[in-house]
Amino acid sequence: MSQPQIEIQLIAMLVAVACAIPGTFLVLRKMAMISDAISHSILPGIVIGFFITQDLSSPLLIVLAAATGVLTVVMVEFIQKTGLVKEDTAIGLVFPALFSIGVIMIARHANDVHLDVDAVLLGELAFAPFDRFMVGGTDLGPKALWVIGSILLITLILLFSFFKELKVSTFDSQLAATLGFSPALMHYGLMTTASVTTVGAFDAVGAILVVALMIAPAATAYLLTEDLKKMLGIAVGVGLLSAIGGYWLANYLDASIAGAITSVLGLFFFAAFLFAPHRGWISVWRKRRRQRIEVSMLTFLLHLHNHKEESERHIDHLQDHINWQRVRAKSVLRLARNNNMIVIENKIISLTGKGEQFTDEAIQHITSDKTTALESMKDEFFLFRG
Amino acid sequence: MDIQEYFSLLFTDYTLRTITLGTALLGAVCGMLGSFAVLRKQSLLGDAISHAALPGIALAFIIMQTKNTSAFLLGALISGLAGTFWIRSIVKNTHLKSDTALGLILSLFFGFGMLLMTYIQKMPNANQAGLEKYLFGQAATLVESDIWLMFWVTLGALIILLLFWKEFKILLFDPEYTLTLGFNTRFIDVLMTSFMVLAIVLGLQTVGVVLMSAMLLAPAAAARQWTDKLWVMIVLAALFGAMSGIGGTAVSASYNNLSTGPVIVLVAAGFVGISFIFAPNRGLIAQRIRYVKNRNDLKLHKTLAFMYEIAKTHEDFQHPHAIKLFNNFQGYSRKSMKKLAEKNLITFDQKMWSLTKEGFEQAANLYNQNPQKP
Repeated sequence: MSQPQIEIQLIAMLVAVACAIPGTFLVLRKMAMISDAISHSILPGIVIGFFITQDLSSPLLIVLAAATGVLTVVMVEFIQKTGLVKEDTAIGLVFPALFSIGVIMIARHANDVHLDVDAVLLGELAFAPFDRFMVGGTDLGPKALWVIGSILLITLILLFSFFKELKVSTFDSQLAATLGFSPALMHYGLMTTASVTTVGAFDAVGAILVVALMIAPAATAYLLTEDLKKMLGIAVGVGLLSAIGGYWLANYLDASIAGAITSVLGLFFFAAFLFAPHRGWISVWRKRRRQRIEVSMLTFLLHLHNHKEESERHIDHLQDHINWQRVRAKSVLRLARNNNMIVIENKIISLTGKGEQFTDEAIQHITSDKTTALESMKDEFFLFRG
Repeated sequence: MDIQEYFSLLFTDYTLRTITLGTALLGAVCGMLGSFAVLRKQSLLGDAISHAALPGIALAFIIMQTKNTSAFLLGALISGLAGTFWIRSIVKNTHLKSDTALGLILSLFFGFGMLLMTYIQKMPNANQAGLEKYLFGQAATLVESDIWLMFWVTLGALIILLLFWKEFKILLFDPEYTLTLGFNTRFIDVLMTSFMVLAIVLGLQTVGVVLMSAMLLAPAAAARQWTDKLWVMIVLAALFGAMSGIGGTAVSASYNNLSTGPVIVLVAAGFVGISFIFAPNRGLIAQRIRYVKNRNDLKLHKTLAFMYEIAKTHEDFQHPHAIKLFNNFQGYSRKSMKKLAEKNLITFDQKMWSLTKEGFEQAANLYNQNPQKP
């Protein structure tokens, strides 16, 4: 690996970590779309800052752009407070308007500004190592590395010193208020951090990828765990892996690094979405199927319990009268038999002693409206689950 | 070219006419369909869909190997729909909230699209696949066939809207009830969403990915303030949308270096601002007036009730009392005394006041919800 390659990966990793931390809290606070809004509406701040400083990584520009980000949040909240439109509409109105102002400002001064809108939106990580940070003639590495490194450092300091406050205000803002730390302060603090991170990262990876780096690792982690510390850890890990994986994918395809990192993030999320234990699509689907078949079986057992006559207990009855399809009827019967709830003699189904006991208890729970107790009953009675 | 010149040229100049017609039509159809998005609280879905369309455009290019607008549109439509359904599936099957799902799909699809686009640019037969065109839109590239396409989509949306008016309306306001009535809500829902995706995809070429959501939302949000009736809102939103399109085109044609998309969005944002402030009933000014009026009424009531408590203690309720009594009373002012006198509820001079018969009766019934008419 050459030196620029190492530097690019280092920057990508720092950006990933710096984004994953505020992103986790944004996802938990149901404010993920705010990060999208901020990433677009910082444009006028960047343009004004650029007019003044002529340097995309100067601190003044970062401050101005971050201020526009916070301004967006304030405007969204103001519109929301008037009650005229819902919050999501407010977000959708504010950021395109601010973004348009930025685009027009650039267009009107196209001759004196060497700033592309697509550079802001898309970024180009590959060029980051060329912009060096020079102090008195010594080369201290790429500027982007310093910018994002200091932002990450500040984020980490804030995270460690306000972790408890952040946690409480995220999950129970009323409790936070009664305990004496202002939820509003936490809210705006987080918004400011998110804005600063977005601004610091955009020129390396572009504004839209910042959104991906904030939301995707946190969402992936949220599918895997419900412990805040673990979630932060997983989010950071996913971010780091995607940064490195994305770089090499881009290297292989000779395509945009930012796009490749996002695609790897997408793969991570997709995998978690499908395979996450308990929360993933497959396990949710299996749980639903199991629930359905167990409820069917319970219904059928209750039916047997109520009818002594043979015609109602014939094996074809399931298909003819209860109108279950063949496969479903079969699996219900199999489940009931595996659990020793029924015996089948000459195509006539009858409850076993265990089946009688099970249905008696179930009826008791259902009539006393304690349906949740059924789950523990299942654990007690079932040898096999559906 | 200034604005007057623009309007005089509008009927003679082919390019100007095409672009104006295109943006006006787009504004109208976006306003119409955006109304549903705003009312269903799916405002940001448009933003997500417009970003999610990008990989479709790139894939269409990779498969077709040519720059063909209709292939691009088809690709965009498919990937937009794929994004929409994935968002639904995330919200339905996992505990992630809708904002997370929207943000995820938006950025992930867009990033993947960007990867494909940059990959295409390295391919031998690719001479700029036009990523930028779809990012920011170029109204200037609209040609007559685009206008016809937009026209047919608008017409189709209108016909579907009229055919399914009842279903759309009931789904908007009470989805559970719709289900119990036996309507196929999933079908209506998919129909509505598909048309929204179609409108967004059409708009990509004109205003671009980033600003598309505003095209969808702004006219509808503005129209919402003026009325509580669905059909009025839709008509108004279409009108606002068309006017933003025309206005934006006029302004951007009148200055150098102004791209049309952002100007249209700003004009639409102007409509929203005006509606927020001036709309009767819902607008901020109307809200403020109502607030002040309520406060004044309350003050008068309070003063009257205070007077009643004093007058009650006296045998003759019209017996005059000293104004000095009000010294410790919050909310008393000469002005409110005058107002009460104007309404003939009290009489007063420099030092003394007394309730009139009318005033006494009204004060007695002040907190009575069902006053008995004599």
